[in-house]
Amino acid sequence: MSEQTLIPSAGSGAARWIGKRVERKEDARLLTGRGQYTDDVVLPGMLHVAFARSTIAHGRITRVETSVAAELPGVHAIYTARELAAQPITMMSFFFTPSEVPITPLAGELVQYVGDPVVMVIAETRAIAEDAVSLIEIDYEELSPVVTIADAMAAAPIHPGTETNVASEIGDEEPEEDLAQALQGAHCLLTQEVVHQRISQAPMENRAILATREGPEELTLYITCQSPHNIARWVSLALGLPQTAIRVIAKDVGGSFGLKNTPWKEECAVICAAMLFGRPLKWTEDRYEALTASNQCREAQMRLSAALDANGRLVASHAVYDCNNGAYPQGADNNIAVHMFLWAAYKMPAYAFLSRGWYTNTNGLAAYRGPWAMESLIRETLLDKAARRLGIDPVEIRRRNLVYLKDQPAVSCMGIPVDDITPGECLEKLVAHFDFAAFRKEQAQAREQSRYLGVGIAAYIEPTGSAGSMVTMTGELAQVRIEPTGRVTAMMSTHSQGHGTATTMAQCIADRLGVAYDDVTVFEGDSSRGGFGPGAAGSRQGVIGGGAAIRASEMLADKVRVLAAHLFNASPESVSIEDGIVHIAGAPEMSRPLGEIANIAYAEPDRLPPGFEAGLEAQFRYQPPPMTLTSAAHLCVVEVDTDTGFVKILRWISSEDCGTVINPGVVEGQISGGLAQAIGMVLLEEMPYDARGNPTAATFKDYLLPAISDVPVFEFIHANTPSKTIGGMRGVGEGGAIIGPPTLVNAIADALSPFGEIEKLVLPLTPARILDIVEQRDVSGFGASHSEMATAPVADAVQEPEAPPPMPENSQEQSAAEARSIDGDWNMVLKTPMGPQPMVVTFATDGAGGVSGMFSSAEGSQAFDGGRLDAGRVRFDLKVEKPMKITLKYDLLIEGDIVSGKCKMGMFGSAKVTGQRA
Amino acid sequence: MSEYRVEMKVNGRRVAEAVEARTSLGDFLRLKLGYTGVHMGCEHGVCGACTIMVDGRAVRSCLMLAVQAEGSEVLTVEGLADAQDALHPAQDAMRKAHGLQCGFCTPGVVMTLASLCADRRCDEQSMVAAMSGHICRCTGYQGIRRAITMLAAEVGSAGSDT
Ligand code: FES
Ligand code: FES
Repeated sequence: MSEQTLIPSAGSGAARWIGKRVERKEDARLLTGRGQYTDDVVLPGMLHVAFARSTIAHGRITRVETSVAAELPGVHAIYTARELAAQPITMMSFFFTPSEVPITPLAGELVQYVGDPVVMVIAETRAIAEDAVSLIEIDYEELSPVVTIADAMAAAPIHPGTETNVASEIGDEEPEEDLAQALQGAHCLLTQEVVHQRISQAPMENRAILATREGPEELTLYITCQSPHNIARWVSLALGLPQTAIRVIAKDVGGSFGLKNTPWKEECAVICAAMLFGRPLKWTEDRYEALTASNQCREAQMRLSAALDANGRLVASHAVYDCNNGAYPQGADNNIAVHMFLWAAYKMPAYAFLSRGWYTNTNGLAAYRGPWAMESLIRETLLDKAARRLGIDPVEIRRRNLVYLKDQPAVSCMGIPVDDITPGECLEKLVAHFDFAAFRKEQAQAREQSRYLGVGIAAYIEPTGSAGSMVTMTGELAQVRIEPTGRVTAMMSTHSQGHGTATTMAQCIADRLGVAYDDVTVFEGDSSRGGFGPGAAGSRQGVIGGGAAIRASEMLADKVRVLAAHLFNASPESVSIEDGIVHIAGAPEMSRPLGEIANIAYAEPDRLPPGFEAGLEAQFRYQPPPMTLTSAAHLCVVEVDTDTGFVKILRWISSEDCGTVINPGVVEGQISGGLAQAIGMVLLEEMPYDARGNPTAATFKDYLLPAISDVPVFEFIHANTPSKTIGGMRGVGEGGAIIGPPTLVNAIADALSPFGEIEKLVLPLTPARILDIVEQRDVSGFGASHSEMATAPVADAVQEPEAPPPMPENSQEQSAAEARSIDGDWNMVLKTPMGPQPMVVTFATDGAGGVSGMFSSAEGSQAFDGGRLDAGRVRFDLKVEKPMKITLKYDLLIEGDIVSGKCKMGMFGSAKVTGQRA
Repeated sequence: MSEYRVEMKVNGRRVAEAVEARTSLGDFLRLKLGYTGVHMGCEHGVCGACTIMVDGRAVRSCLMLAVQAEGSEVLTVEGLADAQDALHPAQDAMRKAHGLQCGFCTPGVVMTLASLCADRRCDEQSMVAAMSGHICRCTGYQGIRRAITMLAAEVGSAGSDT
């Protein structure tokens, strides 16, 4: 691990806190169970909410029967959409734009997804509320569900009053003629196709809300969110109340990753009911609801074409992108950012695209760490494919096309100015840390033993710290004060759902004020404290909040200097603050604790210089450049087990430029968390729906999150260059989840390259899908269900995985003799995990070491060929279809009339084979 | 609903309460006794966030009923350290190693590590293996791994002395 090189900064004190791996302020509390998450909060008179939800994906509600439920002791109220409408609410996107289709907290006439809340029960306890829900009857007239993107393209619109299921669209159906010509006429035209599965953000803390109406126009909310300020603003607009009437508190939030950006149906229902019913109401989502009824993300498909010249330089590109918005997205979305950043770090002369979002009868689309991440995945995997096609090294193809510092300033093909990016420089540092030649040697040796190692690299840039371009994306406010005691407190507009902003902001303040880190306390998490800020959205808090904290602290330090200079009859320039002590240069006897100066500033107006505002307080709202770009290059090494389809990650190196690092532990934590989520997306996680629109991953046993055993130790190279913001930070919250997937996919593709290309990348790469590639046939069954998008593998790319070893010359005759001896029928028993399976095997040899034959058992018979006989050892593969698609690898020893050996059965391990001649 | 009276010791204090038969030990500790450091991440035994100790062994409190803890000694994360503001070595290692971000999975992680320490099974391998039963969505487990290494060195060597 390389140490962070500190960027010199002009603070007032000698002790540097920016750049230090200090322990986090949050941790003592969180480690001892003293966090305050929303569900931990209890108010007097509080009642609990549970929802009766739609059991069908699409239909008309014909009857709702709640009378039995209402009679249950402990039930206080039951609301349907009709009753709840007494408190109107306008549900909006994260950008405060009203929804394109009307959304109500509870479904009124139509249910649009399985899990759509229909009835709300308010009861003494959650258990009673759930009991009551089970007594509610809802009848539907079922309509045909629209589940997939392909369904949406073909089906009638799900939302009344709309003409198609297109939620949002941008771009051109067909590329312009020039572009089409550039693509077709190029030396090499490559197409990459990605089918990205649906992901559940799955923060460990589920959504929760506790709403209490304090008066006719006063509402206090405890809510799982990404910014209390943003929620207060959103709710005030949604309810038409002044923002001052709404106080939002979220002291601790157990992760969010985009999910908790805005309140959605359930939270809004609780808010409306709290306004109507007048008692504090709490709803805490359980994991079943979280997985099946919460918003989700990522489901998309994209086809990218890119043309390259004979030197491997990019010439032109075109893409078609479609994403599933579900029924009620948090803002109808065609994900334009995919196209904006697809080629922004590359010298790509021409690009055009079509991008569409589709409504379906599934859970709504919400944000997730790097929502546009498809661009890096599809581009970087395409580049590796191009490198293999053209016979260029993957590092080299990037060197020829990346925008290095020497090429800047530049403007991307989408008009994005880039004058401050270093993906190429990150790549060079990365490559210097890895011995490719040695790896290629090891890889070649491993392949001889049928072990498949692969290395993958990827490079990218990412927009962070966005402010000023969208209504929600504002600057951040820091209010810093030196208390009369000399302790420093700050109210920040930032918010942590694990980010550790109370730590990093305190480091910025301690550094620039010249006080000890332990003497700084940062308050956040309450909309009644601090100014507006959108919180954690788009890797922005370190950049903007950090800049605000730094500048406010510098302003405050200046104020101390002016006062101390006046008190000691010195010049402000001669005053310094170090570790909480105010010094006058050349006069050590005049050194005073900051508290003493502060006390004078607050309590002794007579001693202040003329015009000096009493107290020691400063505030600064930082409006940074509209966006700050972060760059990185990553590398990973994998081993793919071609028998089981399992992938083992052996090594992972991150080389990133995130500007000034406030706390390396926090920065590495953010990248690592994103990378773990990337590993989940590539190998494990999937939220599938059946044809009727039922989400079929309802527990963490179906929805597989990465465990410690799935995630390797990450190595970090901090290749930082300060940005142009105050403090020089660059955002780092999302990057791991963006660059992780292509890095890992490229490593797997490299490992599997002897078997052919991954023609269509379908995520996750489950063991079965890995075997699709190994065997170049549809083992996973995905191809059959998605035949409309299936493409045939490129035949000439497929090489024999294991060429049969050349026959030693002197054994030719001997083997011919043996060959005759094994021909005929053999009775064998295969000891499978399900019990012994008897069968008759018929061998036929060709006299030159080749073996073919037939397997017969009660289940039927199956032929095989391509086997080898060598010195009494018979080896062959049997590709079976039942009970599942799997390749059985037989390795048998024949001695006289007796046969013994084993059969490798993919992920099920090996089974013993015994038998004798029939 | 059938109610039962249960008696147990929680964090060293005796409690006697009436509970419904269906109430999980986790809900009982959170809702009845206010030990909100017991976190419910899945309520079906996979995530490990709700891990506490019952009679010295790590237990998923979402999978155990309160009535099953009758007569037991229960320890939650609130009662793990010796003194009010002290940290148990497992908590201290997690803090030093940046083993947490949002802190939601953390009480469970800490309780499992602490129970392994108490059991003298605090070699690195056993602790990493036990950690595969905990889901952390934030950290990518890097800090947890480092905390385990620190803890194994510290408590492991202290243990072998005695
Ligand atoms: S809440 Fe008990 S294991 Fe997840
Ligand atoms: S720290 Fe957030 S889930 Fe582990």
